[in-house]
Amino acid sequence: MSIVTSDSYLKSLLHGQSQLSMSPLERLNQLRANAVDRVSALRIPTKNDEEWRFTDISPLTKISFQPVRMASPLQSSSVEHFYLAETVTRLVFIDGVYAPNLSTQLSETSKDSNVVVSNLLAATSENLAAIEPHLGRHTDFQDNVFAALNTAFLHEGALIIVPRNVSVEMPVHLLFIATQKEVASHPRCLLIAEPSSTVTVLEDYVTLQEETYITNTVTEIVLADNATVNHVRIQRDSKQSFHMANCSVSLARASRYHSVSITLGARISRYNLNVQLKDEGAECAADGLALISNHQLADTHTCIDHTKPHCTSRQLHKCIIDDAAHAVFNGKIMVRPGAQLTNSTQSNRNLLLTSKARIDTKPQLEIFANDVKCAHGATVGQLDNEEIFYLRSRGLSEVTARNLLTYAFGAEIIDRIPIASLKFRLEQTVLEQTQKN
Amino acid sequence: MIYQDSKVLLEVRELCATVNGITILKGINLTVKSGEIHAIMGTNGSGKSTFAKVIAGHADYEITGGTVDFEGKNLLDLAPEERARAGIFLGFQYPIEIPGVANNQFLRLAYNTAQIQRNKDELDPLEFDDLVREKMKLLEMNPDFLDRSVNENFSGGEKKRNEILQMSLLDPRIAILDETDSGLDIDALRIVANGVNQLANKGNATILVTHYQRMLNYIVPDYVHVMESGRIVKTGGKELALDLEKHGYDWVNVEQPTTAGT
Ligand SMILES: Nc1ncnc2c1ncn2[C@@H]1O[C@H](COP(=O)(O)OP(=O)(O)O)[C@@H](O)[C@H]1O
Ligand SMILES: [Mg+2]
Repeated sequence: MSIVTSDSYLKSLLHGQSQLSMSPLERLNQLRANAVDRVSALRIPTKNDEEWRFTDISPLTKISFQPVRMASPLQSSSVEHFYLAETVTRLVFIDGVYAPNLSTQLSETSKDSNVVVSNLLAATSENLAAIEPHLGRHTDFQDNVFAALNTAFLHEGALIIVPRNVSVEMPVHLLFIATQKEVASHPRCLLIAEPSSTVTVLEDYVTLQEETYITNTVTEIVLADNATVNHVRIQRDSKQSFHMANCSVSLARASRYHSVSITLGARISRYNLNVQLKDEGAECAADGLALISNHQLADTHTCIDHTKPHCTSRQLHKCIIDDAAHAVFNGKIMVRPGAQLTNSTQSNRNLLLTSKARIDTKPQLEIFANDVKCAHGATVGQLDNEEIFYLRSRGLSEVTARNLLTYAFGAEIIDRIPIASLKFRLEQTVLEQTQKN
Repeated sequence: MIYQDSKVLLEVRELCATVNGITILKGINLTVKSGEIHAIMGTNGSGKSTFAKVIAGHADYEITGGTVDFEGKNLLDLAPEERARAGIFLGFQYPIEIPGVANNQFLRLAYNTAQIQRNKDELDPLEFDDLVREKMKLLEMNPDFLDRSVNENFSGGEKKRNEILQMSLLDPRIAILDETDSGLDIDALRIVANGVNQLANKGNATILVTHYQRMLNYIVPDYVHVMESGRIVKTGGKELALDLEKHGYDWVNVEQPTTAGT
């Protein structure tokens, strides 16, 4: 976004920002102020911006959004169907506002090990010291208007700190529930995995109403040496909504990051995943599935940045596109000078279920080191006729065969989710969405 | 086995078929009665797999002439799944790998489709698991293959066993086994042949497609047909396979095409 103009629509989105209370963390106040400045300098991207070539977000600007005025008081009974069977640690946000009555405390055992799972606003002074080097330092908002907007509203949020050598058994569930129309929420997550720690986190965006709203998220994930983070991200927002998301991951020496991100909801969604492999031996596995229909648009931009030697990355991104839906995938793999012995694979596979379905895919390899192994590929297709014939030759109807193959295409990604109950539930979702008759 | 009173299952008359405008089958005649085992032999490219796929209903092949009756019905009118449900089974020369579809899920779907056709109860996953494990034992297959994706990364021999496993679950009237012997070592060949022999009975028929006599030592055919350039050019008893093995396919007298069966 090179042209700098003031944008009245963006100004309207800043409405209410000035009413946020001051934070005891001076850095946070400073960040917000800087972010407000950036929002005022930037504008909503258009298709003329290279990064938004295929994604027209102008429908967003036709609707005005405000931060929620009154958070809906929700009973556990109306949202507990979103809860996981496995998890005892959960932070719930309703339209962006922390809901302590629906959130759970850490179990006693994790308390002993000093694991922090809390609202950012409630961070203790000790936590603040841990946060300071990371908050707002991984997701750059200089040229990213949505990240800047989120940062301007930085206030509440999910904070997870896993101390050295601690392995958190149960997944941590971060549940963001939308309930009201024309609300803008700016969810923020910060996950700090200290050396040799292990954690699984589910970032889960859901809705109670098929309403028009915008969810604009920023997630920062920091892995110290030898840490392991499993990051599952499910976006099942309302099909009328807008979902803008930025996730930045920083990997130190020999750390391991595995993410599975599933896009099911939103009328228009954009997910930017930026992974930096910052020291030797770091490993990243990024899996993604967009399962969309009708007039949905799902845009996934990823950048996996190899800055040091001996790092590994593997990526499989799939899209199942039905009706007149439109998916965008832009996957950049960067291998910086000196990042020798990088091993990187990227695969983007797309299934178009109708002739109106559309995919724009752009794998981008930028390699500045010579001793590297990089493989990438993208396929776009319909179902395989030989596979269909094989199934039909066993008595399965053509419809059943097609449904089974479509389901299997998506199930390959769902299978990689390390949370059994969620996997089961999503398999049902994929099954329902891929079954035609 | 040849039974005097058995009825005709499959009746192929002057069958011609093309693929991408190229004529491959040029007038096939074949009659198969229940109880019989037929072998179709012939050099590579003579049209054996094409014939098998045409019978199974593959859409790439266009029928340009002739008729195929199966138990008195016009087979060519039926969709592939209708043929399968009516009792046609094709053991693929190259079984297809289907990533993401669990073998047990696929086998159960296929089995239950056949059960509906037979007016019998469908099996739930647990009941089916017991049944399929029993069947796998006969084929000396490792049950681990149930949890894997259909044929994915199976060895050649494992794929062929998986085909026979499907055949045993579907219990077809006519099984066409296309080069089921290729890629099998001698032990696997014996196991697979045993499986096929156990499934053969008075009410069904088997067509073995092969270009080696090797498997016919284990599954003894009632008729041997030689296919050449899209036609059956010679038909004989089991000794014909031995002659072919001894003299090669050139030895066949191509001038006198004969009609198969009785
Ligand atoms: N889909 C196809 N497209 C073009 N040619 C084909 C196709 N399938 C078969 N053929 C040709 O038909 C002939 C017979 O092949 P096939 O039936 O596979 O022979 P066989 O099984 O006896 O070895 C070969 O010349 C083969 O190249
Ligand atoms: Mg063949």
